Amino acid sequence: MSEHMKLFEVFLRSKRGLDHKHVGSLHAEDPQQALEYARDIYTRRSEGVSIWVVNSTDIVASQEDDCESFYDPQDDKPYRHATHYQLPEAVNNM
Amino acid sequence: MSREKTQAELEAQFQAKIDAEEKIEPKDWMPEKYRLNVLRQMSQHAHSEVIGMQPEGNWITRAPTLHRKCVLLAKVQDEGGHGLYLYSAAETLGTSREEMNEALHSGRAKYASIFNYPAITWADMGAIGWLVDGAAIVNQVSLQRTSYGPYSRGMVRICKEESFHQRQGYHIMMVLMRGSDAQKQMAQDALNRFWWPSMMMFGPHDAESAHSAQSMKWKIKRQSNDELRQKFVDQSVAQAEEIGLVIPDPDLKWNEERGHYDFGEIDWEEFNQVISGNGPCNRQRLAHHVKAEEEGEWVRDAMAAYETKKRQRSAKAAA
Repeated sequence: MSEHMKLFEVFLRSKRGLDHKHVGSLHAEDPQQALEYARDIYTRRSEGVSIWVVNSTDIVASQEDDCESFYDPQDDKPYRHATHYQLPEAVNNM
Repeated sequence: MSREKTQAELEAQFQAKIDAEEKIEPKDWMPEKYRLNVLRQMSQHAHSEVIGMQPEGNWITRAPTLHRKCVLLAKVQDEGGHGLYLYSAAETLGTSREEMNEALHSGRAKYASIFNYPAITWADMGAIGWLVDGAAIVNQVSLQRTSYGPYSRGMVRICKEESFHQRQGYHIMMVLMRGSDAQKQMAQDALNRFWWPSMMMFGPHDAESAHSAQSMKWKIKRQSNDELRQKFVDQSVAQAEEIGLVIPDPDLKWNEERGHYDFGEIDWEEFNQVISGNGPCNRQRLAHHVKAEEEGEWVRDAMAAYETKKRQRSAKAAA
């Protein structure tokens, strides 16, 4: 069995001014090829004005299972939210 | 046959993009003056966030309750975060963090002059949140539509987080205004000292603003200094009245015809003194920033040394 080519993650900017958003992944020999494949696979209907491809192995990700310890103690800081402050009705649109 | 586009063609194309409300992204061609103009504004904005941590940081250990202390810590932490968003966005224009810091330390880069005023009472934490963050929000809401993509996206993120800053400040003022006479006086005194410097945050009058016309044409700025200042005055009057504070401007008056408040003239001599380095705290703010940079060096060195060691270890393990 032959080995798969390298895996790349694909990010698209749908419109100028917006962030690139992850849309999927693909296999390619090198970044240039990945870019062309991404164009053929992910933007057949003008979904993007700009494509980023990134080696999947270069992505470092946090684990959802570790959420509790990773984000602790951010959940018990309600005062970071605007709604925490009760203001008079007349100025509440601040 | 394709040929290289001329400078004039490139510039016309660039302006057409801007006129069509399209954003400029880091890898796009842009006039060098546009790049420098956005960079100047973003670095000034980033420096303001970071220098702005000082007057409030000064009160963290002296906040009147544990709750207020938590709130203040969270706010100052946000300001540091906002500085980071902006520095990173500015770096997409091909400058480095070191260059920006160096420009700040040498005085070539500015930050908002408001942070050169001291925060001498607890009520100042209220006035700063309510007015200084309030003024910043007016400016930043407008900048969400700025033409440089990374700057615009940074502003969207910052505005989302900023609302709590203003509300906690107003809340401090509100509670003081429900308190003893001394507390009311303290709140009014903070308003008296911070009102005019907050008004100055919007910069010189449109006619006198050095970068304004070009910045508006390139849509780096979307509304003029005077428009934004008016908006700030209009929203602040009702907020002050609601809790019994008096804005220290004898010329402040509703103008039925304009549908806006008229207000008095800023002391431009003071404004010029403060932006040219002679405000009450300019030297102190910069000296503190330099000191923090120097005293943090051993941490950066230690991190680099640790990285090197880790790499050597894994190379050894692989061998």
